[in-house]
Amino acid sequence: MATVQAENEVITTADGVPLKESLKKALWQRKKTALLLVAPLFLFVLITFLIPIFDMLIRSVDNSIAVEQFPNVVVEIRDWELDSTELPDEATFQALIEDFKVGAKEKTISRLGRRLNYEQSGMSGLFRKTARKIKKLETPESATEAMIAIDKDWGDIETWRLIKRESGKYSSSYYLSAFDAQKESDGSISMKPEDQKVYLALFWRTIRLSFTITFLTIILGYPIAYLLSTVKTKTSNMLIILVLLPFWTSLLVRTSSWIALLQKEGVINDILVGIGILGDDNRLAMIHNETGTVIAMTHILLPFMVLPLFSVMKTIPPSWVRAARSMGATPFTAFVRIYLPNTVAGIGAGGILVFILAIGYYITPALVGGTKGTLISNFIAYHISTSLNWGLAAALGTILLLLVLALYILYDKVVGINNMKLG
Amino acid sequence: MSSDNSLVRFVDIQKSYDGVSLVVKSLNLDVAHGEFLTMLGPSGSGKTTCLMMLAGFEPATHGEIYLKDNPINRVPPHKRGIGMVFQNYALFPHMTVAENLAFPLQVRNMDKSEQKQRVDRALDMVQLGPFGDRRPAQLSGGQQQRVAVARSLVFDPDLVLMDEPLGALDKNLREQMQYEIKHISENLGLTVVYVTHDQSEALTMSNRIAVFDDGIIQQCAPPEVLYEKPENAFCANFIGENNRFLGKVSEDNGDTVKVEIDNNAGTVVAKKVNVGGVGDRSTLSLRPERVTVNPEPGSLPNIFNGVAEELIYLGDHIRTRFTVLGHDDFIVKIPNSANHAQLEEGGTANIGWTAEDCRALDPSD
Repeated sequence: MATVQAENEVITTADGVPLKESLKKALWQRKKTALLLVAPLFLFVLITFLIPIFDMLIRSVDNSIAVEQFPNVVVEIRDWELDSTELPDEATFQALIEDFKVGAKEKTISRLGRRLNYEQSGMSGLFRKTARKIKKLETPESATEAMIAIDKDWGDIETWRLIKRESGKYSSSYYLSAFDAQKESDGSISMKPEDQKVYLALFWRTIRLSFTITFLTIILGYPIAYLLSTVKTKTSNMLIILVLLPFWTSLLVRTSSWIALLQKEGVINDILVGIGILGDDNRLAMIHNETGTVIAMTHILLPFMVLPLFSVMKTIPPSWVRAARSMGATPFTAFVRIYLPNTVAGIGAGGILVFILAIGYYITPALVGGTKGTLISNFIAYHISTSLNWGLAAALGTILLLLVLALYILYDKVVGINNMKLG
Repeated sequence: MSSDNSLVRFVDIQKSYDGVSLVVKSLNLDVAHGEFLTMLGPSGSGKTTCLMMLAGFEPATHGEIYLKDNPINRVPPHKRGIGMVFQNYALFPHMTVAENLAFPLQVRNMDKSEQKQRVDRALDMVQLGPFGDRRPAQLSGGQQQRVAVARSLVFDPDLVLMDEPLGALDKNLREQMQYEIKHISENLGLTVVYVTHDQSEALTMSNRIAVFDDGIIQQCAPPEVLYEKPENAFCANFIGENNRFLGKVSEDNGDTVKVEIDNNAGTVVAKKVNVGGVGDRSTLSLRPERVTVNPEPGSLPNIFNGVAEELIYLGDHIRTRFTVLGHDDFIVKIPNSANHAQLEEGGTANIGWTAEDCRALDPSD
């Protein structure tokens, strides 16, 4: 054997430069190329993905509108306690008039009204009415009385408690709404009454349906992927085209065709009635409910399960199962003990893919889900485009993101993410 | 081979995959208890198909296979009790070596302590005692091979099948494993059916070799018989090195024939093995080591003048390429002895051989 290098001896190249530095220099060029190749995509992802997500996270707790519209009120109200039984002092009311005058002139004050309306209905109306009347208000003797004259709600202590609660730069109220909770007037947190609860049930439904869909895609995709991996390459290529065919059709068209098939007067019901299995008066309700969402989404997401499974199964030589069989294992034992464990990586990859796609799916549940089959994403869309409550939408989105991350970590702990094979 | 001693019998086996052509054409073969039988042949000759039919992974299209005199065509693989070693070992990657070995015992519901005892014994047999906790991927090719062999034996099967088990190993390791498998099979008195396309492997390991070509067993005989007394041109050519002459029988003397080499190159006296009568075509086969250089004139029935075209020094022998009887690829192995014939490239010499060593066979191609 060659002599062993002393541990502290620095190995150098022929010209006396330490080997490590020479190597670093030699590799730098390669690293530079790699960085340049990555740069465009990195910028793209940064601008279109990471920054929007960050913006969403901020938006879900952002309450800067209160500080912007009520710059004086939020200062004056600091000294006023939530459990106080009296209205805030005169200075606060003067600040209120001042802020309202500026806000009404710039026509921005109604935004704050809308914002506070999320917490307590009637606030939007109060702000609009006050903004209309505040322009005619000369400097009054008592600001307090003048405001109460404009609307008696300004004399209601609950209004002030709300303003006090939401006077900070950040607010947890969006998250509380997202969890069907609310702040009581004394600042404590409680669950909303049963008839106002929306989101927890919706989250639960989203998770439940996503698991159902993932499970169904495994059940339906596994045999197909097995067949694909065992037939001749020529046949499997053709079958893969059939599996991918749904990808080449517009999502909207596919989803709409499910409506044509599944609706009460649709093809399937007609056939069932036609052959006498169903009476004409009790046709199955297969659409605009959970069933419709599950059926259509299972169909749409199936390729995402089949392809990872197929790519894993293709690497399993037939001799493994044969070896097990020759050693005395029944076909069932050979499958459960040898084949199945080696496809876990594919099931995991496909499962995570399908689950993550399902939990955030929007268009299909929107079209075929009705009221009972819609998912959380449909409500996020509703708050973004219809109710314009972006803060709540952001909070719901953030919770969804965290949920996916949590499941991902759980998967990593249980199965190990390194096992995952996507292709 | 008497049928009461045979463990496996193939009777009139035919196999077709596509319904158009036969991969195996009428196979009849007995494997005796304790025999190491090798199926040797080029790829596509049907040898692996025969093994798969025996293991139960391919159904025979026609005919019956008997194991211990019981027909097994309808017996599923897991009830045949046949151990098998696969080409790429087929070790289960998600199990440790010990778990791999315990698998056949677990599916037989053997109790835990006996399982452990047997696994340990099998590991010791292949000198892998300390490797039980490793995964197959952590072992070298040779070690994986040993695990595969141990796994096929751990449940004491009546018969062990090996499908080119050494194909993935490099040359040195392959030779070492050949001896190891041979010794294990001898020590345990195993009955082995071994498939390979490597003739030296077949010669090293087997009691008997069945040479496959084109779905037919060309010859089934012990290695020395196969090498020294090939019955047809294919076997002569496939096993070992071989000089060939094509010609036409001009005289039939019962034991020997005279064959006129094509293009009137000369007449050779040869042993009549597998050839018709006068006028039929024949392939003559002659081993390179059975040729004498500069024999005493008249001492051999076949003496011809040849030109030494190429000399290759190989240590123990000198490989010489002659042009003789119109063929420029006639190989002679001259042993490296003190008084071996001195030749130069381009020089001429007389070369001769006996009628016994030159076998007149069927006229292949």
